[in-house]
Amino acid sequence: MTLEILTPDQTVYKGEVTSVTVPGALGSFEVLNNHAPIISILEDGKVIIREGKTEQIYQIKGGVVEVIDNKVIVLAEGVVT
Amino acid sequence: MANLKEVRNRIVSISSTQQITKAMKMVSAAKLKRATNAIVQLRPYANKLKDILTNLSTSLEDSTSPFIQEREPVRVLVVVVSSNRGLAGAFNANVIKTANSLIAGKYATQNQNQNVSILAIGKKGKDFYERRKYKTIGNHTEIFSDLSFENVSTVTQTIMDGFVNGDYDRVDVIYNQFKNAGMQILVTEQLLPLPRPAAKAGDAAAESRVDYILEPSQEEIVNSLIPKSIKTQLYKAVLDSWASEHGARMTAMDKATENAGDLIKSLKLSYNQARQAAITTELTEIVSGAAALSNG
Repeated sequence: MTLEILTPDQTVYKGEVTSVTVPGALGSFEVLNNHAPIISILEDGKVIIREGKTEQIYQIKGGVVEVIDNKVIVLAEGVVT
Repeated sequence: MANLKEVRNRIVSISSTQQITKAMKMVSAAKLKRATNAIVQLRPYANKLKDILTNLSTSLEDSTSPFIQEREPVRVLVVVVSSNRGLAGAFNANVIKTANSLIAGKYATQNQNQNVSILAIGKKGKDFYERRKYKTIGNHTEIFSDLSFENVSTVTQTIMDGFVNGDYDRVDVIYNQFKNAGMQILVTEQLLPLPRPAAKAGDAAAESRVDYILEPSQEEIVNSLIPKSIKTQLYKAVLDSWASEHGARMTAMDKATENAGDLIKSLKLSYNQARQAAITTELTEIVSGAAALSNG
């Protein structure tokens, strides 16, 4: 599935991932392939991206996530690297 | 015929002016590239945000978000986006002119009752309205030296707080929209209350709408997205104006360089004519002097 992390200042991440964990408003949750369509508010927290065995972590500042048809789009207000 | 030395001095002075305008043009061209880049970077975020909001727009109709509540516009805030520096052609003059006609036209009654406040982003607009004793809010001239979403957000946040507290019932923003380097379009947009998206009854897209899982709830998502969308709107306005400023300056300086070139050309012509005339006079004097001597 593909993941995009967008902020108003830049596109932070764009690419294929195996799974991604996002800090949802009702608790952190993981999105895997063929996840049901969802729109969720995100709190400030960590987005953990896994691709094969490599793992990448971004600290985001609140936002919203949309998952549809194996496309994950994270809209964050900012990213602390 | 002009004095030789005078003309020479003018040529030197115009050449150095030309060098300055040429340098300013190149600096603006480089900055313009950065500015347009920032706009391109913002676009995917802004579009996606709008998509999600329209997707949830059914609940926007009866949303309780304070930012979409229409009120009688008793007190009005006008956000004027100008630039910090001049020498950009009619860039700042145009923004201020549009703002003035908005205040004198649509908000004439509010203006009579002293209920129009100005929030100027950029020094030129701020100076103009402070001189004319308008209520100006805050000092936002430093925003262009470090233009980021976060910095613009703090300004938007104060505007939104003022709206919720009832300091203003309507917020309009005026800025130069960036079309291309040679063209800016002046735009007046309503920032608050957020205009409701036009109802699309029986829309084909509405039929095929995906059933999303919504966390925590549709209304909470909408309420959290509305402030983001307002912040994005103002950020876009500031970015657009920034790019327009450099575009306008580039064109203005290009014209100035060209004019200086023309001026130098015509000055050189008259310089050479004056020089030729001086030589001719001198020769005539020598020849007639010699003739007078040999005759005597």
